[in-house]
Amino acid sequence: MKKWNLVIDVAECHNCNNCFLAVKDEYVGNDIPGYCAAQPSHGHRWINILSRERGRAPMVDAAHVPTTCNHCDAAPCIAAGRGAVKKRPDGIVLIEPEAAKGRKDLVTACPYGAIWWNEERSLPQAWPFDAHLLDRGWPAPRPVQSCPTGAIRALKVSDTEMTQMARAQELQTLRPELGTRPRVYYRNLHRYTHLFAGGTVLGAKGGVIDCLAGARLELLNSGRVIAATETDTFGDFKFDRLAPDSGAYEIRATHTDHRPVSVQFEVHRASAVLEDILLESA
Amino acid sequence: MRFSLILWCLPWVLRLYARRSAKLRALMAARDFTVQIIVKDGSRGRWLRFEGGRLLSGASARADAEVTLRFKSAALGTRILTRLTSGMFHFAWPVLKRFLEPMEVITAAKNFAFEVLGPDELTVQFTDILNAMITHGWRQGTPVGSGEIRYVNQTNGGPVFVYVKDGRIVRITPMEFAADDPQPWVIEARGRKFSPPRRATLSPHGLASKSLVYSPKRLLYPMRRVDWDPQGERNPQNRGKSGYVRISWDEALDIAASEIKRVRREHGHGAILGSHGSHHTWGNIGYYLSAQIRFMNAIGHTRMVLNPDSWEGWYWGAMHHYGNSMRMGGAEPYGQLEDALQHAELIVFWSSDPESTCGSYAAFEATVRRQWARQLGIKMVHIDPYLNPTANWLGGKWIAPVPGSSPALAHAIAYVWISEGLYDREYIEKRTTGFDKYRAYIMGERDGTPKSPEWQAPETGVAPHIVRALAREWGRKKTYLSCGGKGVAFGGANRSATGAQWARAMVCLMTMQGLGKPGINFGNLGTGAPVDLEFYFPGYAEGGISGDVECTADAAQNYQRLPHLISMNTVTQKVPRLRIPEAILDGKTEGYPTDSRSLEGQFQKFSYPSPGHSPVRMMYKYGGSHFGTTMESGRLADALRSENLEFVLNQSIWNEGEAQFADLILPACTNFERADISEWAGSGGYVHHNHNQMNHRVITLQHKCIEPLGESKSDFQIFLELAKRLGLSSYFGEGKTELLWCHEIYLSSDLPKAISWRKLLRKGYYVVPPETNAANRTKTSWRWFAEGRKKDVPEPAPLPAEYGGEYLDGLQTQSGLFEFESSSLERYGEDPERPPLNIYIPAWEGRQTGALYARYPLQLISPHPRFSFHTQTDGKDGVLNDITDHRVLRDGHYYWIARLNPADARARGIAQHDLIKLYNDRGAVICAAVLTERLLAGVVHAYSSSAEYQPVGEAGATADIGGCINVLTSKRHMTEKTSACAPNSCLIEIEKWHPEGAGP
Repeated sequence: MKKWNLVIDVAECHNCNNCFLAVKDEYVGNDIPGYCAAQPSHGHRWINILSRERGRAPMVDAAHVPTTCNHCDAAPCIAAGRGAVKKRPDGIVLIEPEAAKGRKDLVTACPYGAIWWNEERSLPQAWPFDAHLLDRGWPAPRPVQSCPTGAIRALKVSDTEMTQMARAQELQTLRPELGTRPRVYYRNLHRYTHLFAGGTVLGAKGGVIDCLAGARLELLNSGRVIAATETDTFGDFKFDRLAPDSGAYEIRATHTDHRPVSVQFEVHRASAVLEDILLESA
Repeated sequence: MRFSLILWCLPWVLRLYARRSAKLRALMAARDFTVQIIVKDGSRGRWLRFEGGRLLSGASARADAEVTLRFKSAALGTRILTRLTSGMFHFAWPVLKRFLEPMEVITAAKNFAFEVLGPDELTVQFTDILNAMITHGWRQGTPVGSGEIRYVNQTNGGPVFVYVKDGRIVRITPMEFAADDPQPWVIEARGRKFSPPRRATLSPHGLASKSLVYSPKRLLYPMRRVDWDPQGERNPQNRGKSGYVRISWDEALDIAASEIKRVRREHGHGAILGSHGSHHTWGNIGYYLSAQIRFMNAIGHTRMVLNPDSWEGWYWGAMHHYGNSMRMGGAEPYGQLEDALQHAELIVFWSSDPESTCGSYAAFEATVRRQWARQLGIKMVHIDPYLNPTANWLGGKWIAPVPGSSPALAHAIAYVWISEGLYDREYIEKRTTGFDKYRAYIMGERDGTPKSPEWQAPETGVAPHIVRALAREWGRKKTYLSCGGKGVAFGGANRSATGAQWARAMVCLMTMQGLGKPGINFGNLGTGAPVDLEFYFPGYAEGGISGDVECTADAAQNYQRLPHLISMNTVTQKVPRLRIPEAILDGKTEGYPTDSRSLEGQFQKFSYPSPGHSPVRMMYKYGGSHFGTTMESGRLADALRSENLEFVLNQSIWNEGEAQFADLILPACTNFERADISEWAGSGGYVHHNHNQMNHRVITLQHKCIEPLGESKSDFQIFLELAKRLGLSSYFGEGKTELLWCHEIYLSSDLPKAISWRKLLRKGYYVVPPETNAANRTKTSWRWFAEGRKKDVPEPAPLPAEYGGEYLDGLQTQSGLFEFESSSLERYGEDPERPPLNIYIPAWEGRQTGALYARYPLQLISPHPRFSFHTQTDGKDGVLNDITDHRVLRDGHYYWIARLNPADARARGIAQHDLIKLYNDRGAVICAAVLTERLLAGVVHAYSSSAEYQPVGEAGATADIGGCINVLTSKRHMTEKTSACAPNSCLIEIEKWHPEGAGP
């Protein structure tokens, strides 16, 4: 049995909001009997793009993570729903507009905050994966159609295939520890969840300071080298995927023509953009 | 004989069609009147009488006929009637056209050999009847099941499918191509093949369209300001304050038409100012360069001169070194996509955010190409005080100079290249003049100050070692320079006090690297896609139905292909758009023209008022708000309330901007509620071959998807109704509806060779097949120049007289070479701020302006907006309001966003999403604060062009909560001898704001 999944690449999302707008366009003002009641004009974010910046000038990046109903296989909303939420054979989770009337409790049942309360209609609502369009033969839901970078892809594959793909491509789901088994997968989620350490290596030669390309950097944690890289033409380097609160690190900068330098720093809640590392010529 | 036969058939066909068409029946029953169609000498003719819904007819002239169609001869009558009704026989057009002269109707009309006589009300009634007959059975749209019909339309952000059910828009989506649409082009580069997806991308503002069609701020009825009485007190001081009363269309149109006549009679030539946005809802008919200019020319108007506000530095600066006046100083856009993918090693983005500005109309067509560049390992550098969305997404080195200082950074790059020999000496020797003087300036031989990386550091804040690294990387690698969103132009740096210096520096740098050699060019993969450029379809700047051969590119091709009457504005008086307030308030101003024919056109200063002309007494404003794009916006509020304006007429879709200051409001409808025909991003003369940004050329029949909301009407229809009251309806409309004009434009293009009218009507779009023969693809821009050949890219510019030597030989400059020292500026010699050699002159407002900087220590930059389109699609309770990166909801109001560095926020006690007051001596704007490390400290970033202008109290004197950032920017021109805006040289201070506190 093939089922729907969503694969979202955080590194490819540039926050154009087309997915958000497409879902607004589809549901605001449109009742879709059997699937979904209309979304209110404002307030709901059935696709909710979370953003987080890392670092500080001159080394900064921002990650954008479109989040939505995860269409979980072990969905807490279904468990809490007493029949108001159903799982379709194709994997899509639907909150039934008639059965869910008045069920504000379903909003809190979702640990991802993906269910929104429609005050006017007294309804809990979430993005139904554009099931009505897929049932009419659309090849993909609207966020996929509108995405200019291909950051969002919809895959209709067997669960076995999806599991293999997730493993092979290092896809992650949000908060897997909850055991909800989401059908929305992420690539490059570390851009949002993890931190980096980076900086610029300069070389001093004959009284002139220049960016030092080709310097070797080793990252040490508890005295052990855990990663290595080289500076680019601007002397810049970056170690990514550091866990928050991962503590003390050391960076050793070496270069064939220069004397090595070692820098200590700690990683807690923020990425570490180090002061420029100046290597004196040997 | 044939004439009589046609006339004999006419009533029978009308009766037959009336049985099938309720619309035709209604039109035929609307009035009782008589029409005669006759030959001038009275030898032949027929009358038709519409009476109580019945049609009577007889084979003779009839003296009491209210409407007369008169032909000089029966033969002419036969041909013209056949031509006018040819839409009925569109399937037979290939045969029919052989018997018809395309221009015959126009020629006959001009010579009064074909006349339509009678009261306008009834002549239009009769042509409406004929047109309903002609277009009956023109089936539009594609049924897609579930009771929905899929229509097609076109927006400023891309073509769309519009799904309609029961007369209501259900959804608006990007376009995905059908199986029978052509396959896209393929580019081979570095052993790989690249081809774009078979779809059209869409900008966020295009995707937001439905929410704006159904916006609660739609104007649905004509309205008159309650205390404005054209027969009595006009109370101009209350514009913007007093409310409105709903009136009928008849009353509104009668008032507007009688005011047009009164103002012309009372004040004379030039008393009416025509004012419009720089853009409009998309289309070739309902556009400001088409129906609007046709109507305004017909009534005579003081023309508003648009400054090239997205090209300022290029038009007033760069072109004096390398020509390209017809591109406002922008660069040739040909072949760069293939060249960059094959050869480029580095792309430098300088004040360039193409993923936000989307090549203006090109949506995300180039997004996939930038992904290819990344896959190919092409390095990226981004120079911008803000780590803009393109930079953040694409990755690469971010360098953040202080706003306005970029020319200094550029000079220091040149310094490193000259010092280290990292430039193309042979190219400089053969293809340029004046380099010795430029080098002497850079190396400090003239003024004793070498423009070294150390020299620039205090100006730009960029460390010398970064400048050296950048210069070396750039000097060693084959580099594309994207300076502005579109490769050239559309970047904030060109709209600042140093904008011309910056653009001049950009072309100097690229010339030093050998502009046009493989891998060395302008661009960001946004232009130069190998689409077929030859397939003719007019762009909007070709003037549509305007007939204006002076102020549009109508004469270039459209006038020769589309039979339509010429129109000419007899009023030569002009007002620069940025000086409308001064023109009204002070009664005098001056400006420099946007004249793209030559390098020198811009030097011809003009004054307002013109000799012998009346000052402006009436403003006819049409289209989107100007507040968001007028520097020191408060001036405009003052002008609109001036008693010098006796009548302010506003024709608008939404109640926004100047509509709130009007005496009379005429409600227009959106492009989804009227018929039109157009090409995606087809700009015609404005940006020649603009559609080579597209992955696919998409030409659309813009279906009238739904009926106009409320009592709103299309702009064309409003103008036609006014024209009726001025005796101009036959001249303005030429007896055609918008849909029939679509058919005429279809016939004028290459479309009939490729798709039948019937199929286009239903399907709504045509994708032009790409150029498949690689040998026929356009050459790469500037390659001809680099190699010393005659120009061989397909743009008909510069104009022949602009060449000093042989036609097509060399650049538009006097020498034909790239001029480091500009001979046109040398000859002009009157602008000390624009000397022939591009020397660094610090901004007149910035960190170098001590006393002002001490009071207002934050530099405000206001780039082109990311989600909305100029002042369009923002606000109005539309869906863009919900984008948290666009506006932020606080206390029930959606506030515009201002970004600032956390250090600057901390120093002022400002937290995320706090309401803050941005202010200086010019005014104050309330925004929601967004704290970001992506912005250089000391700089504030807020996009320009909000649609809303909402002063909390007295307009022009109190803080604006609409987000109209230009309230803060200076009206001062870039340099004194230009009409160039410079909003990115702006100093402000910020403080926390409390709505219930002391107030602004």
